[in-house]
Amino acid sequence: MLTLTSPVETPLHRIPAGIKLAAVCIFTIALFQLEHIRLIAGVTAAVLAVYPLFGRRFARAGLKLLKPLLPFIVIVAAWHWWLAELAAGTAIILRMIAAVALANLVTMTTRLSDIIDTLSRLIPRRGLFGLTPRIFGLSVALMIRFIPTAAEKAERIGLAWKARSARRPGFRIITPVTLSVLDDAAQVSDALKARGGIE
Amino acid sequence: MERNVTMIALFAALIAALSLVPKLDLISGVPISAQSLGVMLAGTVLGKRNGTLAVLLFVAVALAGLPILAGGRGGLGVLAGPTVGYLVGFPVAAFVAGWVVEKWRSVDIGVAAFAGAVLGGIVALSILGTIGMAIVLDKTLLEAAFLALPFVPGDLIKAVIVAAITRSLFAMRPQFVTSRAA
Repeated sequence: MLTLTSPVETPLHRIPAGIKLAAVCIFTIALFQLEHIRLIAGVTAAVLAVYPLFGRRFARAGLKLLKPLLPFIVIVAAWHWWLAELAAGTAIILRMIAAVALANLVTMTTRLSDIIDTLSRLIPRRGLFGLTPRIFGLSVALMIRFIPTAAEKAERIGLAWKARSARRPGFRIITPVTLSVLDDAAQVSDALKARGGIE
Repeated sequence: MERNVTMIALFAALIAALSLVPKLDLISGVPISAQSLGVMLAGTVLGKRNGTLAVLLFVAVALAGLPILAGGRGGLGVLAGPTVGYLVGFPVAAFVAGWVVEKWRSVDIGVAAFAGAVLGGIVALSILGTIGMAIVLDKTLLEAAFLALPFVPGDLIKAVIVAAITRSLFAMRPQFVTSRAA
């Protein structure tokens, strides 16, 4: 599966993941303290201005990541236009765009494995209620490995449905897909045990 | 241990796959996202511990940058956006759903699963989703609740589906339905 990390190499790619994550946290908290719309607009413009610095491809990918905000922008704009509080509405929208755009920058310039590594480091070596960094890493790997397999199962069972019905596959295929996945899980667990277990 | 880890990891993969297969219509013609359905199912099938862990794993990997949230979304931006409450609410929904199914043994698992799905996937999830929207969109809780309301009818249908699926799975593979482990 493709991650959201941008293939366009930027200087930001080289900054350690932990630092970027912490920076975004601090920045977002600070952003939510701002009140003046000029300040918020300035910050938003600054964040958005970073994207084109790294090329058109990067900027376009960044824009795509902002698209899910559109329905909310429309709702807030309509809401505040109706209440004749356009300034407040604009501030909310700009603030939201700034926060999301900055967080997306981190996602686009950080490899998935680096973020997982950073998260692993938060888990104590001895284990937290049985969870060790090793088990966490293994779980992530297993999950990612199995997403295409599970999707393929769903696709195939969907085809089996379509061979038997004129209607589109719906919730009825979820049971066989889940069953198939759970059966696989049992087999994988047996395979792991046969190879010495997880520890 | 191995069984738990694989169940958790593969169920998380299933939740991701459910949102990836786009042509899934829950009721003929109505495109409802199967994502929260997967979350509720994790709770009702795997129980409160493994179900919550499966959903936590799913959320962690989604935030790390895999576009496995409904609509192909993902990454850190989701935490900063208006749907943050729902994202945080996913593991809570699974926990509540699993807790209900584990505790309420005196009824058929389908009934318990429906109750769990409603309490977890609708009540708990909507509350947290509303709080999230209220914060990000700077609205009162009541105003944000209006935004959350339109999804409730679809979620009720999902809860019924979750109950039916849980019941079937329990009939076919009772050993996997950890929420009702003997």
